Amino acid sequence: MTDEHSLHCIINDRTVLTDTNPNMVVLDFLRREQRLMGTKEGCREGDCGACTILVGELHGGRMEYKSVNSCLMPLGDADGKHLITIEGTNQRSELNPLQRAFVEEGGTQCGFCTPGFLMSLTGYCINAQSHSVERAVQSLDGNICRCTGHPPIKKAAAKIIEYFTAHPSPNGTSNLHRLVEQKILPPYLVTIPDRLKTIQRSPGILSDGRVATHIVSGGTDLYVQRAFTMVTEGAQRISHQKTEPAIREDQHSILCSGMTTVSEFRQSNLIRNLVPEIESFASLFGSTPIRNRATLAGNIVNASPIGDMTSLLLALNASLVLRDGEHVRSVPLRSFYKGYKQIDKSKDEIVETIVLPKPKQPRRINFEKVSRRRYLDIASVNSAMAVSVNGSRIIDAHLTMGGVFAAPLFLSLTSEYLQDKEISSTVVTEAAAIIQREIKPISDARGSVDYKRLLARQLFLAHITTFFPDVELTKMIT
Amino acid sequence: MKNFDSEKHVRGESLFLDDIPVPEGTLHAHVCYSKIAHGKNLRIDTSTAQNMKGVHAVFTANDIPGENQIGNIVLDEELLASHGVHFIGQPVAVVVADEPFNARHAANAIIIEVDKLPVITDPREAQAKNELIVPPIRFSLGNTDQAWNECDVIVSGTAESGGQEHLYLETQCALAMPTEEGVKIISSTQSPTAVQRVTARVLNMPMHKVEVDVIRLGGGFGGKEDQATPWAALAALAAVKLRRPVKLVLHRQDDMRMTGKRHPYSSDFKIGLKKDGMIHAYEVTFYQNAGAACDLSPPVLSRSLFHCTNSYYIPNVNAVGYCCRTNLPPNTAFRGFGGPQGMFVIESAIAKAAEAMKIDRHVLQKKNLLKEGDEFPYGQKVERSQTRSSWNALEKKISVEKVRSEIEQFNATHMWTKKGFALMPICFGISFTNTMMNQASALVHIYTDGSVGISTAAIEMGQGVNMKIVRTAEQVFSIPIDWIRIETTNTTRIANTSPTAASSGADLNGKATYFACMELLQRLKKLAADELKQTDESEIEIKEGRIFHSGKESELTWKKLITIAHQKRISLSEHYHYATPKIHFDVKTSKGNPFAYHVFGTALIQATVDCLRGIYEIDSVDAVHDFGKSLHPSVDLSQAEGGIMQGIGWMTLEEVVYNDEGKLLTDALSTYKVPDIQFAPKRLNVDFLEGSENPFGPFNSKAIGEPPFMYGIGAFFAIREAMKAFRPGEEFGFKAPMTPERVLCSLYSKVAAFEAAL
Repeated sequence: MTDEHSLHCIINDRTVLTDTNPNMVVLDFLRREQRLMGTKEGCREGDCGACTILVGELHGGRMEYKSVNSCLMPLGDADGKHLITIEGTNQRSELNPLQRAFVEEGGTQCGFCTPGFLMSLTGYCINAQSHSVERAVQSLDGNICRCTGHPPIKKAAAKIIEYFTAHPSPNGTSNLHRLVEQKILPPYLVTIPDRLKTIQRSPGILSDGRVATHIVSGGTDLYVQRAFTMVTEGAQRISHQKTEPAIREDQHSILCSGMTTVSEFRQSNLIRNLVPEIESFASLFGSTPIRNRATLAGNIVNASPIGDMTSLLLALNASLVLRDGEHVRSVPLRSFYKGYKQIDKSKDEIVETIVLPKPKQPRRINFEKVSRRRYLDIASVNSAMAVSVNGSRIIDAHLTMGGVFAAPLFLSLTSEYLQDKEISSTVVTEAAAIIQREIKPISDARGSVDYKRLLARQLFLAHITTFFPDVELTKMIT
Repeated sequence: MKNFDSEKHVRGESLFLDDIPVPEGTLHAHVCYSKIAHGKNLRIDTSTAQNMKGVHAVFTANDIPGENQIGNIVLDEELLASHGVHFIGQPVAVVVADEPFNARHAANAIIIEVDKLPVITDPREAQAKNELIVPPIRFSLGNTDQAWNECDVIVSGTAESGGQEHLYLETQCALAMPTEEGVKIISSTQSPTAVQRVTARVLNMPMHKVEVDVIRLGGGFGGKEDQATPWAALAALAAVKLRRPVKLVLHRQDDMRMTGKRHPYSSDFKIGLKKDGMIHAYEVTFYQNAGAACDLSPPVLSRSLFHCTNSYYIPNVNAVGYCCRTNLPPNTAFRGFGGPQGMFVIESAIAKAAEAMKIDRHVLQKKNLLKEGDEFPYGQKVERSQTRSSWNALEKKISVEKVRSEIEQFNATHMWTKKGFALMPICFGISFTNTMMNQASALVHIYTDGSVGISTAAIEMGQGVNMKIVRTAEQVFSIPIDWIRIETTNTTRIANTSPTAASSGADLNGKATYFACMELLQRLKKLAADELKQTDESEIEIKEGRIFHSGKESELTWKKLITIAHQKRISLSEHYHYATPKIHFDVKTSKGNPFAYHVFGTALIQATVDCLRGIYEIDSVDAVHDFGKSLHPSVDLSQAEGGIMQGIGWMTLEEVVYNDEGKLLTDALSTYKVPDIQFAPKRLNVDFLEGSENPFGPFNSKAIGEPPFMYGIGAFFAIREAMKAFRPGEEFGFKAPMTPERVLCSLYSKVAAFEAAL
């Protein structure tokens, strides 16, 4: 008999039932309570990947695994799921092909980051539809190795792809069965779906009885900013409140559940139709494990002036459906932000749905982001622009920027100015000047005011050169 | 080639300090530090914290039974601040509680007050106010005063290089356990003896009551040479006071705020050349930002002077270094140990000279490369120089002219995107420049079943020193590699150790191991000869665990021989002490022969700059590096690649930013960015230079840890060349790191359009 208030999950090959505080992060549970020391603590903010694990859940009878930063995942979210740590990927005595590749290519030096890299790569192997070195390397975008500088790890990834090519999968088997046959995963993995079915339950019932001070969806920023209070004070976890499917459409719009993760958003065919380049844009948002947990609602409500997703959603003219019990209302995202971290939402309201209108005419979208490091970094300035054009004429423009104001910014004056304009260097110059009047950046660790103003201008030019490669911008260089 | 450590790492089975099961009753410590950079009349109120949940004790300077002093070279740094504070992050109190969270929570309740004093963050300001930690260091060769008159071209300028966060993935940590009379500390340190010495001093105990044990480090890079000590000493203080085991693991942000980094430098240079491009005179003044205490700053500064001419011969040199005290955390050892900072300035000077002479930078570089027997400013003459051979080998592998013309063509056809390239030769001296430190010892046990256990002073931190020592013993004994094991580094087994630093770990400890094993081997050969009733033991050979006489296999095996030795009461243990021969250095005259040898090499780095967005990629690194005869090629290659990427990071993305109040702004991985996998260049090829011999390394190998780091300097100049292609004729200074912000703001320094709108 299980206590309905305790948490039930499978960790590697072992079923675990626990009364531990569900607000504790999974990393601490694994290390302190389960003594699974292969999962390392490097930064506790999802920026190093040393604590990466795989989280699996049943979807329509099939297991789906995602890499996550265990330092940012509340234990309560593990209820009814399967967690794989590095120990759970070990074959009895020999090394698995991934591990062998790391050893042979010098992909590990001090070894502290190594389990995290291997978990990300294992996640790649489980989810890969087809194999490419580039994809394998991209799956490591949430991991940092300070010793090797990564070239040997790239070689190890290439070796793994070679291994897949040399050991083609038998047809008709599931990915998991295939990976077990290829010895990438140990045999117990195939028993997980049946075992998980017997313990599946709603994580919503989990509560430690205290009044919640925070509402948590993905937790990827809350557990960074308020690591201490998140664990000691109560938190209301809502990641299970996702509608299925997470993203659907009606005649005029695409409707995303607030709990849609960035990964789901990126992979959705509906979104791909709406924003064809979403795949490459979204590769600049966080990292694979962050995208697997971070939600649209979390990104929106967090109100970070520099949010990547918010910049894009503003350009898409999204609106939000907010719910507080029976009370439902709709608010355009462009009027949702009232100031620094000030939003048009009451404490108990939850962002239930994000509504993205379908464009009435053909539209192009570009997203630009400049950060110190291209991947897994927060932008100095980001910008999205959606335009409808007729030849060299802009019919309709929607320009947004992050990092240049107290909140994510829709540049209404610039957008309005560009409406129905024949593109020319004069128009671009004038628009660039309006941008400077609309933004109000501050100096911080991501750049000085002057840099951010310059970036705002440059990213606008980048939009223009993307939409109108032929427009003469030589004048803008000097 | 086998690598035991790697096989454990990939299975998640290697134990780091934080992974060891702690003894029952272990408490957890949290360090409370100053939030003010400079102040006097320190007042600490711990009353609230003492009574908080789970708290066992709060310790301050008053609780230290011995000397409150952790300084090594100069005794100028307190373990816990007593009267005043000198930097933000300076430890003031330590809270000990049942749970890490409770300790941390209570630490927040400690009230620290001081009367604020002026804050200095700039080394030039410190120098002007005579805030020098040690007197200026001077090196000179020839006569620069006279030489300037003989030069055809003279240029001068300033060069600045930034700090660098070590970002070892495992933060600083220690676990201290009270023993009957003293304390045993498991520490994540590169310098167990420093931990032992300082802890003994702090606890007022003789050193033999303090045992320090090190398993392995999750990265060090110099950051755990001197700066692992305070955390071990604090844990030991608490453990001894409370008679309970105490663990202290720094949270990442606390680690970044409290520990020192690579020294930022601001430098002035003046370089004079003859018409033919030969460098005739060079003058350089280094202003080293040492931070608030001495730490290792003087030897770091010395090494900047040792390497101020990099791989070039310059007949007239005058170099001065100021070790400037500022109100930042004491800066410390970091891979290269001042060498990179010194080399960056000469490379900048050459770049500026090339611009003045309107020739390619690499032409000047090549012309001035060291020749055999050339004298360094510190009096040593270069021997077995591989400077030119590595440059030539690189040119054979990749045509510089072809790279140049391809880039020119690319730049002519691309408006927004520009490419650039740079060559970077390196010459790095191997040995601690403090001659005394060039000693090590090894203790080799052969157990009665024939298996071997080796203890040395070396610390394994990912650089593969353990595997190199195993390889050394394997080659001497010729037994299967699995029979050899490296023990933890422990002060009771190997005493009075030098830190594992200066790239010297494998050289010094490998040599000590080599000689210890040779002693045992001789003993065993003599025994084998006796057993086989032979007189000539030189005819005895051990191969793969079997014993041969005059080339013929005997009935003896390694295991049988060991059993017999034990029965005959022959010692199966050997301790050997090794000291590097023939090195010396006179600090008064700044002359001598400080290095056992030098490591050489040359790299070519190419970069692409997106001049619209100010972002860049490092396209390729091609290097020919002098490994000597590599003891473990895959370990060495990975070291070289990792070093290069760390050097590139220092020159590009990695920026340590303090505000004027001395507060670190880049105090998390979200703001301090190191190279990630997608920043690694598409091509990074490091070739092994052929024909390099080195009698000072085990089996002719060479040290590998630090030298490749300095190839990274080439990335700065490659990016700068690309920027010059976008803005021909524009003057770009020499300020590293070349962050995207610096690139864009430099490219558009004259754009007034956006400012006009303000």
